[in-house]
Amino acid sequence: MDERPNGKRASGVSRRDFIKGMGTGALGTAVLPPLFGQTIATKKGRVAVYDRKPITLTVNGRAMSLVVEPNEMLLDVLRDKLDLTGTKKICGRGECGGCTVLLDGAPVYACLYLAVRADGRSVTTIEGLADGDRLHPVQEAFIEKDGYQCGFCTPGFIMTASAFLEKNPDPSPGDIKQALSGHLCRCANYPKIREAVGAAAAKMRRG
Amino acid sequence: MDHRDYMDEARGLNAPAPQAAPAAATGAEKEDFKHIGKGTNRVDGREIVTGRARFTQDIKLRGMLIGKILRSPHACAEVVSVDLRPAQALPGVLAALKLAEGKVRYAGQQVAAVAAVDERTAEKALALVKVEYRPLPFVVDWQRARDPNAPQVRDGKPNLDKLNDYSRGDVEKGFREADVVLQRTYRTGFEIHHPTETHASVAEWEAGQLTVYDSTQAVHGVRDGLARALGIPAANVTVIKKYMGGGFGCKLGLNEHTVVAARLARETGRPVKIVLSRRDNAVCVGYRPSSLQTYKAGVKKDGTLTALSLVNYASGGLGAGDSCAEPVVDVYKCPNCKVEEHTVYTNTGASRAMRAPGHTQGALGLESLMDELAAALGMDPLELRRKNYSTRSRGDTGLPYSTKGLDRCYEAGAKAIGWERRNAEPGAAAANGPWRRGLGMATSIWFGAGTPGTLADLVLYPDGSVEIVCGTQDIGTGTRTHMAVVAAETLGLEPKDVTVKLGNSDYPWAPISGGSLTTPSVAPAVRDAALKAVERLNGLAAQLLKAEPADVVIGDRKFFLRGAPDKAVPFADVYRALRRETVFHGERAGHPANEYAFNTFGAHFAEVEVNVETGNVRVLKFVAAQDSGRIINKLTAESQVHGGLIQGLSAALFEERVLDNATGNPANANLGDYKIATMADAPEITPLFVDVVDERLNNLGTKGLGEPARVAASAAVANAVFNALGVPVREIPMTPPRVLEALRRKEARS
Repeated sequence: MDERPNGKRASGVSRRDFIKGMGTGALGTAVLPPLFGQTIATKKGRVAVYDRKPITLTVNGRAMSLVVEPNEMLLDVLRDKLDLTGTKKICGRGECGGCTVLLDGAPVYACLYLAVRADGRSVTTIEGLADGDRLHPVQEAFIEKDGYQCGFCTPGFIMTASAFLEKNPDPSPGDIKQALSGHLCRCANYPKIREAVGAAAAKMRRG
Repeated sequence: MDHRDYMDEARGLNAPAPQAAPAAATGAEKEDFKHIGKGTNRVDGREIVTGRARFTQDIKLRGMLIGKILRSPHACAEVVSVDLRPAQALPGVLAALKLAEGKVRYAGQQVAAVAAVDERTAEKALALVKVEYRPLPFVVDWQRARDPNAPQVRDGKPNLDKLNDYSRGDVEKGFREADVVLQRTYRTGFEIHHPTETHASVAEWEAGQLTVYDSTQAVHGVRDGLARALGIPAANVTVIKKYMGGGFGCKLGLNEHTVVAARLARETGRPVKIVLSRRDNAVCVGYRPSSLQTYKAGVKKDGTLTALSLVNYASGGLGAGDSCAEPVVDVYKCPNCKVEEHTVYTNTGASRAMRAPGHTQGALGLESLMDELAAALGMDPLELRRKNYSTRSRGDTGLPYSTKGLDRCYEAGAKAIGWERRNAEPGAAAANGPWRRGLGMATSIWFGAGTPGTLADLVLYPDGSVEIVCGTQDIGTGTRTHMAVVAAETLGLEPKDVTVKLGNSDYPWAPISGGSLTTPSVAPAVRDAALKAVERLNGLAAQLLKAEPADVVIGDRKFFLRGAPDKAVPFADVYRALRRETVFHGERAGHPANEYAFNTFGAHFAEVEVNVETGNVRVLKFVAAQDSGRIINKLTAESQVHGGLIQGLSAALFEERVLDNATGNPANANLGDYKIATMADAPEITPLFVDVVDERLNNLGTKGLGEPARVAASAAVANAVFNALGVPVREIPMTPPRVLEALRRKEARS
């Protein structure tokens, strides 16, 4: 722990205090009671300092209300609070794509996406991609082409691929490479993943 | 698991004595299989693509606590005191443990641990643990550690230690007989396994019985290790692993954090989960050791090798480095060979076996040397290899290979890549702007014979369902599916008719999922169990059909009379005659390891494009021709080959752990700074299987594939770069600065 004294307190709340407040969970209430209810200066003007925040999310078509920490990531909320463990944590820093979910249909790295920012929005995870027992064409194609090995990175690849094919229904192999190069597969079965996405595109075009 | 233990496993030296005599003719030689050798979709594919496959990190038990480990920031220090009280006083903390006694010897070594109600509380508690360290001198740079005056890493033992010695014939005589003698030095760096799922363990006690969910390649090994570490009977420990996000060698054997989880769970009476961080994965669960290999080769004008010698310095931190001599000792016919290997200890975490340990390094060295020899002789590199082809192990001086399809790999691979398109003289590539193209190839040898004594049970239920139970692991290689394929093939069913249970140490024994052991161990055991079931069922069916058992044939979910398919009884009717669930025990029998050498072989071919202005290398095409005996499932086998090649590409071009020599902490302990190949780097790949069925080895004639697919890939890329540029880089990863440095060497020479 850093033992240096705090910086000057122009606004009554130093940056360090703010960050400490943001970084503390349940304990925050005990350590920094004066902070809550105050406001703090930011580039966008003064914003309220809060502890936990109630949000509503529509997850895989189902609306839910929950209370999250201000610095809690969408990934942790999905995995730990909603028990949707299909979305994986691999790097935790937006380097591997493993935690990709769709937010209002667009892929985002859930490990870097604050849960509070998803308030009022719609999240689709790998668990919500199939239509009941009917798999999404991308899911089918991954099975048919063996587009995986251990399967840990697979949910992320499938989520990105499904969103990508909505935008680009007839991609070239180069397009697919480009679209999925933000994902890491350590088993490195990239050729078959690429093949699976190509096959899924053909399936989706056929309807 | 360190290198030596791993290689003993891979060679089958620790194999249990099988109870069964080698099976007689089993029909494995017949080629009209319906499922074996074809492409079967994974039986667990649906679980994976829907996110329902539960990995260890996904497990959540009632009342589960989160454990966290405090690690030393010092590369070497005496732990003077550890005060857990401030952490214990934090609300939500249920236990704290002191883990370090005396000295810590690397930055990242565990010092203390806590268990708390959630991750945030556990993290805060770790920050409250007060540790007083007395920093001590250390050395993390392995080159510096060789200096006799460097700080001693292990008390009272020198940092430099002998790793391996080997000699046959007389190398000096061989060098005198040679027309050309070359001496060359090659380097390989530190590669980190970085499986997507970091190590994780969940421990739970119930009435003195410990259950551990562990992300492991070895449920039985972890079970035995935990029993020893905790001083409890192995019978009271169960280790479970259903799905795992990769291992590549870093999840073999018991991990320290797993013991910590079990201790915290025992102390709190609640389940405890510990998940290692990505940084932990870069620091304390192993990596591929470095190598510095100096070869000397003597060769006659016609390409005949007369002598080969190797001096290697490996470094594996606090563990021994890898011996990388197997390729030079084994692959090519050469009467005279001498090897001297050393390992250098440093204050970094111990290395671990990483996919084809020693062999990828050795292949990079030896195969680069072969291409430099070929260039010196003005010979086709493939011809040089064929010229020195061996049919016995130990460079044609040992046991005869039971089967060796390397010649077929050479032929098939050369044809598929268009070997005639290579630059006949290295560096004679036509310029395409700054880009130069080249082709290269390299040979691989690995073990992959499998482990005798592996067990599998086949259970038939009266309702007609079939189950295979085996304490093996599916680490992404498709083990579940090949078990289902073998059982279905033998019983005349479809793979999806078979329920596969694995990944549990309470199930029949199977070896580690490493060493390319799994398929040649498990598939024959499943086959054996299924053949026993067929024998019994044929007898029952014969009664129902009022015929002789020898006249009953199995297939298409029924039993029928040979030549009279309409005289049939459905499977389910015959099962019902068993009246209860019936278990058939299968075992992988022994093979004549004292009479023959059993190895896998392969030849990897690469086509690259190198930018002579920037030093960037692009791999355009890979061809891998593999001799792994009979392939059980072509679809998953192709995936294995893709993965092995691209990991080899990644190691050849990108991957290198960088340590801060001033502190012993890693400078690239994440997946952004530690570069791993992406889809954008992945070339077109052609996997070829020559399918040389080895009937002496097991009842399916099958061998391992995981490591053979990796061994020669980096070397093939290196040789292709040499072919493009006319100058070898001699070090991996071949980063742009190193490629440019090689080009400067070439300019200085001309």
